[in-house]
Amino acid sequence: MSDTSSELATTPLYDLHLELAAKMVPFAGYNMPVQYPLGVKKEHLHTREKAGLFDVSHMGQIVLRGPGAAEALERLVPVDIVDLPEGKQRYALFTDPQGGVLDDFMVSNFGDCLYLVVNAACKAQDLAYLQQHLADDVELELLDDRGLIALQGPLAAEIMANLAPETADMVFMDSQRVQINGHECFVSRAGYTGEDGFEISMPAQAAEPMVRSLLSHKAVEMIGLGARDSLRLEAGLCLYGHDLDADTTPIEAGLSWAISKPRRADGARAGGFPGAERIFDQMANKSYARQRVGLVGEGRAPVREATLICDEQGKEIGVVTSGTLGPSAGVPIAMAYLDKQHAALGTLVFAAVRGKQLPMRVSKMPFVAQRYRRS
Amino acid sequence: MSQTPVELKYAASHEWARLEEDGTVTVGITDHAQEALGDVVFVELPEEGDNLAAGDEAGVVESVKAASDIYAPIAGEVIAVNTLLEDEPETVNSDPYNDGWFYKIQPDDVSELDNLLNASDYEQQCADDS
Repeated sequence: MSDTSSELATTPLYDLHLELAAKMVPFAGYNMPVQYPLGVKKEHLHTREKAGLFDVSHMGQIVLRGPGAAEALERLVPVDIVDLPEGKQRYALFTDPQGGVLDDFMVSNFGDCLYLVVNAACKAQDLAYLQQHLADDVELELLDDRGLIALQGPLAAEIMANLAPETADMVFMDSQRVQINGHECFVSRAGYTGEDGFEISMPAQAAEPMVRSLLSHKAVEMIGLGARDSLRLEAGLCLYGHDLDADTTPIEAGLSWAISKPRRADGARAGGFPGAERIFDQMANKSYARQRVGLVGEGRAPVREATLICDEQGKEIGVVTSGTLGPSAGVPIAMAYLDKQHAALGTLVFAAVRGKQLPMRVSKMPFVAQRYRRS
Repeated sequence: MSQTPVELKYAASHEWARLEEDGTVTVGITDHAQEALGDVVFVELPEEGDNLAAGDEAGVVESVKAASDIYAPIAGEVIAVNTLLEDEPETVNSDPYNDGWFYKIQPDDVSELDNLLNASDYEQQCADDS
């Protein structure tokens, strides 16, 4: 072990990862499993075929309490928080005054509080930002004494129902508190793979027993960050810091669906979030230069992050922000930001890889069909 | 535990080289290297007729998570490449020393093989690195 790894934070499942012979890497200040002995490709395929179990305890879990909590959070995001039904969660974004995205996160309404799950790398910054912008009557709590796991894949629901029968009735984006083995858990029917599945937050000391119990099912394998990345990329989901950042608006990122109707320019509670003017202008007038697209390679070579994309004349028109060979897609897949005039579906573009121009086509995302349980 | 056949020579950059009876040298990447890379999804090989110097970049091997350059262990002309790897790059994982070979070289000077590591020195290097 090097000295640097001892300075990294660990999750409540750290000892179990070592016991399972995971390859550990530093990620967002945590010592995290990038893969297990199964390997990235098999872990990926296993999740799509059966059920994969992920340790995502590095992510930030935050609770907001108080009568003004929903109104206060709503002033920071272009999302309808005030009318988020109890028992539901929504995808949300913190925007800055230029409309850039400071972080993306999930928010659940538990009735007496709001529960947020934010990116690990943005956790400290998000907390400071919330502290600064929430009124004094909103109580803010970082739940740093809890674990968070995700169970994803076509068999996830059946396995989850054994653990907590009431989860069988949940549909995509339902989110509720559930007692599991005497522990208060937060369960949402969502995830980051494009598959049906759940995310489960539990007290730290309950994490390892629950994971061992889930792993006792033959269909469940532990899945590392490597496969988590290829799974989310096939599902067309952005990774903050790569496909989404403070220099990018939700509109450029193709996330206009995340701007709730009541918060839009013609909505009942229009605007009132940082960067609204720029975001509305971009929505109304397409006044942006580049946008996020999906690319599919016509050859076999993976096209990685930071690869430049050119048009047929060799002129630079954009850059790749995430890319790999999709284990389920079976082809090179990537997300890129391209000049708007080259972003139409089917456009032939070229990736500059090791002195070659590899042909790729602008393609719709997700690259692999999502299989959420919507009803 | 990685396999390191004693009859091969090894570059510090994790390629193996095998002197064949006809005086050509076959090159691939080691078992240790394929294990470290993980599932290989793409291999870019040199072209037949390429003249490589020892240490020249001779291609790229890519796994789901990363790309890694491969280097020529000795100087010479590339006389054959393993086209099987275009369609079945995973052969590098399953059989790194036989069906997973990368290319064959007609060496400029076969004695350059003596500059490479033997199996035990290579194993020692891998142990020191980890």
